[in-house]
Amino acid sequence: MEQNNMNLTLKVWRQKNAQTPGKFVTYKADGISPDMSFLEMLDVVNESLIHKNEEPIHFDHDCREGICGMCSLYINGHPHGPKRAITTCQLHMRTFHDGETITIEPWRAAAFPVIKDLAVDRSAFDRIQQAGGYISVNTGGVPDANEIAIPKVIADEAFNSATCIGCGACVAACKNASAMLFVSAKVSQLGMLPQGQPERYSRAQSMVAQMDAEGFGNCTNTRACEAECPKEITLTNIARMNNDYFSAKLFREEHIHENNG
Amino acid sequence: MSLNAKTPEGPLAEKWNKHKFNLKLVNPANKRKYDVIVVGTGLAGASAAASLAELGYNVKAFCFQDSPRRAHSIAAQGGINAAKNYQNDGDSVYRLFYDTIKGGDYRAREANVYRLAEVSVNIIDQCVAQGVPFAREYGGLLDNRSFGGAQVSRTFYARGQTGQQLLLGAYSALNRQIHHGKVKMYTRTEMLDVVVVDGKAQGIITRSLTTGEIETHTGHAVLLCTGGYGNVFYLSTNAAGSNVTAAWRAHKRGAFFANPCYTQIHPTCIPVTGDHQSKLTLMSESLRNDGRVWAPKTVETAEKLRKGLLKASDIKEEDRDYFLERKYPSFGNLVPRDVASRNAKEMVDENRGVGASGIAVFLDFADAIKRLGKDAVSAKYGNLFDMYYQITDEDPYTQPMRIYPAVHYTMGGLWVDYNLSTNVPGLYALGECNFSDHGANRLGASALMQGLADGYFVIPYTLGDYLATIGPKPIDANHPAFAKTKQDVLDHVNKLLALRGTKTVNEYHRELGHIMWEYCGMARTAEGLTKAKGLIQALRADFWKNAIVLGENEEVNASLERAGRVADFLELGELMVDDALMRNESCGGHFRLESQTPEGEALRDDEHFAFVAAWEYKGDNQPEVLNKEDLNFEYVHLTQRNYK
Repeated sequence: MEQNNMNLTLKVWRQKNAQTPGKFVTYKADGISPDMSFLEMLDVVNESLIHKNEEPIHFDHDCREGICGMCSLYINGHPHGPKRAITTCQLHMRTFHDGETITIEPWRAAAFPVIKDLAVDRSAFDRIQQAGGYISVNTGGVPDANEIAIPKVIADEAFNSATCIGCGACVAACKNASAMLFVSAKVSQLGMLPQGQPERYSRAQSMVAQMDAEGFGNCTNTRACEAECPKEITLTNIARMNNDYFSAKLFREEHIHENNG
Repeated sequence: MSLNAKTPEGPLAEKWNKHKFNLKLVNPANKRKYDVIVVGTGLAGASAAASLAELGYNVKAFCFQDSPRRAHSIAAQGGINAAKNYQNDGDSVYRLFYDTIKGGDYRAREANVYRLAEVSVNIIDQCVAQGVPFAREYGGLLDNRSFGGAQVSRTFYARGQTGQQLLLGAYSALNRQIHHGKVKMYTRTEMLDVVVVDGKAQGIITRSLTTGEIETHTGHAVLLCTGGYGNVFYLSTNAAGSNVTAAWRAHKRGAFFANPCYTQIHPTCIPVTGDHQSKLTLMSESLRNDGRVWAPKTVETAEKLRKGLLKASDIKEEDRDYFLERKYPSFGNLVPRDVASRNAKEMVDENRGVGASGIAVFLDFADAIKRLGKDAVSAKYGNLFDMYYQITDEDPYTQPMRIYPAVHYTMGGLWVDYNLSTNVPGLYALGECNFSDHGANRLGASALMQGLADGYFVIPYTLGDYLATIGPKPIDANHPAFAKTKQDVLDHVNKLLALRGTKTVNEYHRELGHIMWEYCGMARTAEGLTKAKGLIQALRADFWKNAIVLGENEEVNASLERAGRVADFLELGELMVDDALMRNESCGGHFRLESQTPEGEALRDDEHFAFVAAWEYKGDNQPEVLNKEDLNFEYVHLTQRNYK
């Protein structure tokens, strides 16, 4: 096993906080096993930094199984690294080769200010969801689950949109720092389901308005978001959102203020 | 101290309804005069915060992650149980109740479990109304699958991401209340203490993980929805950030900690590959619907496999031992988790384990792929197969998965009564954070059920009774208890920051994990546990001398966060060992080698141990005091669990 271990050079973005300018710092990562995940490799580097009384590299992470959406590294020019359809925590070191230099940066977007080193503030995503990413039902008093029949294809398609983990890779990948893939995933999920119809058009408008207010850019159909999304959310979602948004703007003006849920 | 579970009188099936009627109500106009603190935003926390805000209470919700959506409920894979009987296969509230009590090896409270089964049906309705995209049949109705410990199909699911979908449902309900201003959300904020005023919980002390600011928050009640403590083992399926700190600090302020030794070791996880490993990944129990668990019949074959001289697919049918199907013909691969885990360990102990380390058995889908086709298998489990491939670089469509048990869930937790109140009035515990419903072993797909039952359908009723009793008078933030508790937190933080030794916090954590896994894991003995106690005490003492904690309080400081959590695990670990040593019987996930049937199954001692062990903190390095709540079974008959 050990003969396969790699020695790597890391160029890591270090930044004390949002107010202080950051810079790349070079570190050696020696004896890295190909079975390690990328974050475990950083753990090893951090342990050695702590032993030298140097401040460890700060990065966001939690579940380490590709579902919480907390990890967020921009590795060699790609959000979540070079492999498709995975998060950074699922990226394993066998993807790299001995002697390689790896560049690690935070998500770069005006709406995602750096907190420290590689961790950014993604609370803008929460505020977009708070603006309308829900169906207005209270606990209790709802119909029996099987009273709402939903065609399997619709349920499956809604599920595909619902798998978004809110990591922000779409924004990081986009030259305009657009959040449209993220926003449209929720708009689509709820807009396709019968339960989501009553607020379908107002939801699209409220969420888009908040997205704009947060300073995310517009979509110019480059499709980088789709290519980099760890959950393979498709651009079709953006088309659906645009449809609902424009329908509301053109024909359903009266719905604009109905989102009082 | 005598523990009053406040279980309502009357027949089992009528207790909850009757109790709801007897609970005091808070008039709608008065609800806005109450502040409720909810710590944690997983299934229990998010559902409680949203439901209480909908009722009109002012809620302050806290999570240490950057968003409430990241809580580790998100990672639950397989499904959620509910007694809907949509499959017409004989399910009922009583059967779900019975399966859960039996699955827990008769160490849970009957009335709580019955209520859980009763409200399970409402949960599914609620989630569908929120737009949770559960799996459906072609006719448009909901699909179900089977889980361990049950002979009916009652598990609702959303591919292998059920926890994610349920949590995003609860998160959306929470977001709606944040939008309406009824919930104030604090992210990247960690609770470090609970403030107890005249015996009642009236607030918490938090630390901002971005600025280090230590803050005081007042509330008429405090709800801890902070999950389990599986990370005491260092390696577990929990998220890296999952910790016991909130619950443990509450314990040190007087809340009893119940059954800490009841931990669930999940049978189907991806095996450990090396020392670098930071966590273990679960492969959902739902895989046992179609996957067959086996090990080679002989040590010789196993050795060839370990050396890479043979592949699993080379091994002939007659040289394989499908040990669960062989030993438990009626439940087969779907025996409960504790039983499946012990049997996998037995294979490895007999030197029949596979993989390079020899610490694994196979979970094989070859038959399912033959029977259903690759596409059908992929539709059901595709994301799990992909996850396995990413981690191991092996294709489970062509070679069986290698699996081994790993720490997954903790049935123990803060002691609560029927109202989910701890013994400290005003302090509640919901979801995995409490001990209440799973006894000594949790059945698959029941954690999601319990988290949401507690948050959506229990606490909105029971909390009102307490709030009506204490009245809406504002909480006095100037009471000296607040300043005193805040100072205690600051002192603790400074004590940690003063540690400039030679060993990293992570190294201590890993060492603690080794001790816990070795002596308080799948098989426990009096001798081993006694030894573990000494080892933990020594490790803890060493931590407070030689650990390295870098940086300052007034900044983002992961080193400090980690140190606080590991310091608490180092205390909890000893209590777990004490509890395991005291419980001189085997039950569910607690397996004492001294207490087993001739067939090697867990042998309970109902005469001496049919009680909940609720431990009372008595001060630093003082032995904790054991309080007992006797478990009375009026409806189920206690028998040796039999899945044969």
